[in-house]
Amino acid sequence: MSPADRFAQLPALLAADADLLRRGRWLTVDCRIDVGDDPFHLSLRDGALAGLERGPRLMRSTAFSFRATSEAWANYWRPIPAPGWHDVFALTKRGAASMEGDLRPLLQNLQYFKDLLALPRRLPEGS
Amino acid sequence: MAPSLEPMIGRYLKLEIDGVPHRLYVEEAGQGIPLVCLHTAGADNRQFRHLLADPEITRRFRVLAFDMPWHGKSTPPDGWERGEYRLTTQSYTAAIRAFCKAMELYRPAVMGCSIGGRIVLNLAIEHAAEFRALIALEAADFQQPWYDTSWLHRPDVHGGEVSAALISGLIAPHSPPVNRHETLWMYMQSGPGVFKGDLYFYRVDGDLRDKVKAIDTKLCPLYLLTGEYDFSCTAEDTLRTAAQIPGVEVQIMKEVGHFPMSENPAKFREYILPVLAKIS
Repeated sequence: MSPADRFAQLPALLAADADLLRRGRWLTVDCRIDVGDDPFHLSLRDGALAGLERGPRLMRSTAFSFRATSEAWANYWRPIPAPGWHDVFALTKRGAASMEGDLRPLLQNLQYFKDLLALPRRLPEGS
Repeated sequence: MAPSLEPMIGRYLKLEIDGVPHRLYVEEAGQGIPLVCLHTAGADNRQFRHLLADPEITRRFRVLAFDMPWHGKSTPPDGWERGEYRLTTQSYTAAIRAFCKAMELYRPAVMGCSIGGRIVLNLAIEHAAEFRALIALEAADFQQPWYDTSWLHRPDVHGGEVSAALISGLIAPHSPPVNRHETLWMYMQSGPGVFKGDLYFYRVDGDLRDKVKAIDTKLCPLYLLTGEYDFSCTAEDTLRTAAQIPGVEVQIMKEVGHFPMSENPAKFREYILPVLAKIS
């Protein structure tokens, strides 16, 4: 399964995490996560995923975007990532990821987003 | 049943730093060689609670861990409300030397982590003869910034929570969850703008590139230990620094991040006990 296919399983992964939903309960935002060449549009409502759309969307507004290479996501989602691949800021520092847009909702809910983006780590390796 | 008390004793030390009265909170345990411990930016002396409670260490060392001014239970100096806190190489060095003098410590060993590690390098550059040994954890002469510190102190973002979330990635994935979250809790409790003020020293004022070449390890032994999961002060940063200092001892700690003493006390113990054995 490709990194993008793994990220496509985010709705079930988040729905199964009551604690993460609790911590995100003040958050409502539309944002974009790119897994390699695959853009995903997330509609977060009160911390829950109201929508996850895969693929380009014409003129789609988004508060912020976070992009990383497929290699970066594949390493980041290993059960025990190697040093330098284990955090989203480790990825940006090494030049394998970037963030753009209005970063305020991201920083206001930073641990939530870090944990959200790490959810595919829970999938069986190789799945 | 007898109360289950840990061995460290906490007290308040009144002293002057650069002519300004301060009241610092300090915990200590053990007897023998004074070992002064310096916490990371935006944190406090609780990071060293496992060392303070380790009989293998306290039977040979008098371990002292104080909260830096503005941190933990050390209140800011009078009039703090009229200015912005900024740690500098000069003020940090002055605080450590004032503490050692006020406590009447004779040639203590000093161990610091992160900003505490960076300032230990400055102690080695400028004041080596005053110390018995210097241990710099997660330290380098310079590190490349990886986020904008202006997010750390503004009304629309919770400073404690964003600080903890940022540094959470510096903890190794192997570290026990209970220690990880205790480490994060300390960051969440920091005063407004204190972490940002500490990073002024780290990012702007404390660039020690070239200066570390002046370190004479014959005057005072220097040990550098860095966790492999620290992407703020990377293993490469520490090794590059060590390469400029003849006689320095350097070690990269496996399965450890930026907060060895608090994120994984058992693992850190494996690395620090041999260093302390050399000092004693």
